Amino acid sequence: MGELIKVGMADYKTGSHPASLISYGLGSCVGIALYDSVAKVGGLAHIMLPDSTQSRATENPAKFADTCLPLMMDEILKLGAAKNRLWAKIAGGAQMFTFANATDIMRVGERNVEAVRQVLRKLDIKIINEDTGGNYGRTVELKLDCGIFRIKTIDKGEKEL
Amino acid sequence: MLSEEVTKLSSLQLDALREIGNVGAGNAATALSQIINKKIDMTVPQVAILPLGEVPDVVGGPETMVAGVFLRVFGPAPSSILFLLPRESAMYLVDMLMGRDRGVTQALDAMDESALLEIGNILAGAYLNALSYFTKFTLLPSIPALAMDMAGAILSVILIQLGALGDHALVIETEFSTEGDGVKGHFFLIPDPGSLSTILAAIGVKE
Repeated sequence: MGELIKVGMADYKTGSHPASLISYGLGSCVGIALYDSVAKVGGLAHIMLPDSTQSRATENPAKFADTCLPLMMDEILKLGAAKNRLWAKIAGGAQMFTFANATDIMRVGERNVEAVRQVLRKLDIKIINEDTGGNYGRTVELKLDCGIFRIKTIDKGEKEL
Repeated sequence: MLSEEVTKLSSLQLDALREIGNVGAGNAATALSQIINKKIDMTVPQVAILPLGEVPDVVGGPETMVAGVFLRVFGPAPSSILFLLPRESAMYLVDMLMGRDRGVTQALDAMDESALLEIGNILAGAYLNALSYFTKFTLLPSIPALAMDMAGAILSVILIQLGALGDHALVIETEFSTEGDGVKGHFFLIPDPGSLSTILAAIGVKE
């Protein structure tokens, strides 16, 4: 068992085999795992919002899909990953509360997932698996020795992507 | 006011917010006490300015299993109200509300959920009475919504909204517990970023 590195809300961490990266209790936020299975290095991001250009507080680039993912990718490449081997697995983007007249605020999970897809497309990184949407929270863990992305929930069981 | 500016609140302003929290949570605790017919103790409210990522630690960490009743507050100072109970406490509370023996409720049916929502409604109303009294604002709660999940996931709903405007949250939080039973809960009032200065101006502690 390697080190377990925690990734907080609006944060990202990178690392290499045999460590694991974990982020607890994602709701409408999205967890994005990037990994190179040959170099066995990767990163996990926990983004809160889709787009830094729509925000007035952009000091922390890890908060937004559009600013966090390029940063994290560069750091993973510096750890020895090859760009063409990188893949992504994503999870989260739930809608925790359902109101009759759901406003945009309530649908932020959906918008986060869509933004993550767009940014990854731009970076030319393929999403090989995902577990998004729903109305429940998730804890996500990326194992850097094998690339397994484990998703834990309270009532919907546990799965490995 | 951007939520970054909440880090610059004076001690007078913090005291004023604490007093609102005190009276509001006191009202709410009295209402709950009458419903379940038990004495309720509550803590002096904490008024804290926290980095967004640390808010879930207030209730035991992002993975803590909680029941959350969430309401939006409409009016001149839009805010969010969140009433969080650890899962076990929520089950005990439902036992009391539904007249069951303690420990009988293991999962919530529609009736149980409705009871918890109603509790959220009543507590939010009691709390808002205090806020309205101090600010002279008419503040109306939305219908409540319930989720039973990880604390981090539930809190993210509010934190994301604040995150668009800053990296800190102003949290007015009170912990209460029933005598003997150990039913614990946390009551959060989280003003939207622009609402804080509106509230401070209305209660006369703008500067």
